[in-house]
Amino acid sequence: MIREFSSVDLIFIAMAIRWTLILSVIAFIGGAVGGLALALSRTAHSRALRWLSMSFIQVFQGTPLLMQLFLVYFGLAVLGLPIDPLVAAAVALTLHASAFLGEIWRGAIQAVPQGQSEAATALALSYRDRMRHVVLPQAMRVATAPTVGFLVQLIKGTSLASIIGFTELTRAGQIVNNATFQPFLVFGTVAVLYFILCWPLSLLARRMEARMRLAVTR
Amino acid sequence: MYRFNFQPVFDNLDMLAYGAWLTVQLSFTAMAIGLIVSILGAVAKTSSIRPLRWIVDVYVEMIRNTPFLIQIFFIFFGLPALGISMSPNTAALVALVVNVGAYGTEIIRAGIESIPRGQIEAGRALALTPTQIFRYVVLKPALRNIYPSLTSQFIYLMLTSSVVSVISANDLAAAGADLNARTFASFEIYLVLTIMYFLLALGFSTLFGTLRRVFFNYPAGR
Repeated sequence: MIREFSSVDLIFIAMAIRWTLILSVIAFIGGAVGGLALALSRTAHSRALRWLSMSFIQVFQGTPLLMQLFLVYFGLAVLGLPIDPLVAAAVALTLHASAFLGEIWRGAIQAVPQGQSEAATALALSYRDRMRHVVLPQAMRVATAPTVGFLVQLIKGTSLASIIGFTELTRAGQIVNNATFQPFLVFGTVAVLYFILCWPLSLLARRMEARMRLAVTR
Repeated sequence: MYRFNFQPVFDNLDMLAYGAWLTVQLSFTAMAIGLIVSILGAVAKTSSIRPLRWIVDVYVEMIRNTPFLIQIFFIFFGLPALGISMSPNTAALVALVVNVGAYGTEIIRAGIESIPRGQIEAGRALALTPTQIFRYVVLKPALRNIYPSLTSQFIYLMLTSSVVSVISANDLAAAGADLNARTFASFEIYLVLTIMYFLLALGFSTLFGTLRRVFFNYPAGR
């Protein structure tokens, strides 16, 4: 039965935003942990660690997110685990975010002048203290703008979770469209909702970047 | 224990190879048209006509802040309501062009703005026509400056194009989905697909490196 697009549908779609947000937050937190590990490995002394982290980043940046989602989704069955779209999407997006954040943060760590790290070593600080109190705080200033920018990419990326059957914003739109057959209205609404989520972050990233550039040229 | 079965994949490698060829064709067509859209967009954005700049701004922000999946749904399912119907393959191409055009516009605009005014004035002093100035003094050095960001955006476009299989357009991901529906060797199929996409990305990146040496192999000024 085809019915009219009503306020009930609008509420259904709007409520699905929470799954888009939950997925984004999980992937961002997981990606932050993974990304930090990758960034530290990329800038480590050990050649093996550097090579491993570089390969990880290259593979995840050089393959489609959609394929990563499918691989994790069907990979759960290979490992004998129950197939759960939320788990699959969370794991795939976490790995994806780790690779991108790892690369962004590696750049930020390398942007900190070498002398800073050398001075910390000369003061007999351990690797941990050197990173925690000297290098990372300075790297963070460089990293914030592109990190916020990546967050937009991540939120948009969660839409692909709909393809493996996870009901977030995009999938909610598809469900309503199947019932009402008003694709112009439904997908237009979904697009506006994504825009409301992403645009403020884009603006924030741009403002931070502009402020950063001022600070550098000054 | 899971038993791996790569037989269906190896039996149908020709089908997957053909799918990869379709992905290459689709990506290159989208890149070529997308490059033109991007250049026009960047010119409009750096022009002195305010409404023109405003229109391009709206286009760029709309595309950059919504997922590609929704864009392709809107174009393929939504636009027929306005009387614009397209085949899945055409809709896929249009969606990719519209998408990459927005990112490309921003990238090329940054390139154009990186050209020092003095360079344009020098072109004028040499009595070059405005077209010549734009082509040789502004556009070419601008493209050279932003070449790395532009080409990585193009590689990202090729990876994103895997999404067009959801509206049943023909490409590598669709060939894989087809094979999966017939054989159910899901993990094996998607593993091979992922490897194929990775090889395509490597190939593109090698090609772009070569093109750079062909077109922009002259010493940097300034």
